Amino acid sequence: MSDLKNLRGKAACVGAATTGCGEAPGRNSTELMAEAVIHALADANIPLHEVDGVFAATAVHSMAAMSLAEYLGVHPKYSSGSNIGGSSFLAHALDAAMALEAGLIDVAVIAYGSNQRTAGGFKSISEPMPFEAQYEPRNPITAYALATSRYMHDFGATRDQIAEVAVAARAWAGLNPEAFTRDPLTVEEVLAARMISDPLGKLDCCLVTDGAAAVVMTRAERAKDGPQKPVYLLGAAMAHDHRMISEMPDLTATSAADGGPRAFAMAGYGPNDMDTVQLYDAFTINTILFLEDLGFCAKGEGKDFVGGGRIAPGGALPVNTNGGGLSCVHPGMYGLFVMIEAIRQARGTCGDRQVDGAKLCLAHGNGGVLSSQVTTIWGTEETL
Amino acid sequence: MSGYFDGPGPEAEFRQFLADGKFMIQRSKGSGIHVFHPRVMVPCSGETDLEWVEASGEGTVYAATCTRRRPEKGGDYNVSLIDLAEGPRMMARVVGIEPDQVMVGMKVRARIDDLNGAPAILFEPA
Repeated sequence: MSDLKNLRGKAACVGAATTGCGEAPGRNSTELMAEAVIHALADANIPLHEVDGVFAATAVHSMAAMSLAEYLGVHPKYSSGSNIGGSSFLAHALDAAMALEAGLIDVAVIAYGSNQRTAGGFKSISEPMPFEAQYEPRNPITAYALATSRYMHDFGATRDQIAEVAVAARAWAGLNPEAFTRDPLTVEEVLAARMISDPLGKLDCCLVTDGAAAVVMTRAERAKDGPQKPVYLLGAAMAHDHRMISEMPDLTATSAADGGPRAFAMAGYGPNDMDTVQLYDAFTINTILFLEDLGFCAKGEGKDFVGGGRIAPGGALPVNTNGGGLSCVHPGMYGLFVMIEAIRQARGTCGDRQVDGAKLCLAHGNGGVLSSQVTTIWGTEETL
Repeated sequence: MSGYFDGPGPEAEFRQFLADGKFMIQRSKGSGIHVFHPRVMVPCSGETDLEWVEASGEGTVYAATCTRRRPEKGGDYNVSLIDLAEGPRMMARVVGIEPDQVMVGMKVRARIDDLNGAPAILFEPA
């Protein structure tokens, strides 16, 4: 019989790093990924040769974990290059926790890197979707535009309501020196931006940047010995139900509503306990759908929930405190950056954007076309 | 005697029907459930009793977007998800109307025409 709590708090993040965020001219994706690993290991004060678990996925490597391990010169006892899109890294945290708890490995690194911006724009090794490709969807944006059109139809949402997501993200980015776009943004500016795929305009869409990130995880007992405040993985769960947007059962309801409650059950906490909420915001609609599907508000109410500054700095619920994929960084696959912002908030190291006393932080990853959903809940020692 | 899994697969069969000017979808003999896109089994239940039936061609726009594209590259075009009267949903393009005027809930009817050099199911307002 399954026991959702048997991984709760058994593994922790002991090192984290980002690098090359924004533009990293002349550096390739593997170099960036390896640099992030070196910084994260330094953060954890763990030597490279102790790494025996490697987890990676990118949009340009078909076998990312092997490419990274080879580059680093480490010999994993367990690795996973499982690629379920931008949420892969949150799934890797669950993989790592399982491998650590099972005693298969002692030190896990999870990594991502991309130089897409300075190398000429978004690229993906994704195959064309059968029965869709002929109609020339410009994925991923076509899929998210379709979801937005249905959400607006079903719940009477307007573009200006949805634009509040971008405005709040930009306000957070203004507090984050690492964010790529930091100038203040208004709803009017979001609405006036060039249309890309109706009803989504340019400022409803994530950035196209370079960037790399890495996280180091160990078992909880070792985590206490490191130089950083350990941040424990309290809950994690995944769900997915389609690969092609034409196969998504309901474009206004993601499978986060399936995995999210399992992650909360494992953690023993609920939505109201979260001090910060980090959601994969590839497009403005994402934040609304995930707030609803993860239980922060009812289905259809997200359009109102995100207004009035509620999710912006100083609001009742701090969401995407780094500025998100919309305004901080989005190097093709953003999930690891979502997770690192949750970890940094729990560490209390976020400077001007730090949420006072943040102890419990949710990081939610999305992959494909609203396809894979992975929810993780991170907490400080006192939340164990 | 040929078995259920013998011969060309469902995708090849579908594309041959399309080349012959027919919009065919699958139906489970036992449950009557219609299936698109073409598969070797009924999704979820796993039954292997699918047969081909001609689609009515009637549908409703479930979701729609106007993809903005420079005029010199062909101009804007519509991409929609269409709920077929038989139940399944498919991606398609609604034509015969400005691409930004395709609305969710609009009734549409299928026709087969060339799209980028191959036969395709397109829809136009019913």
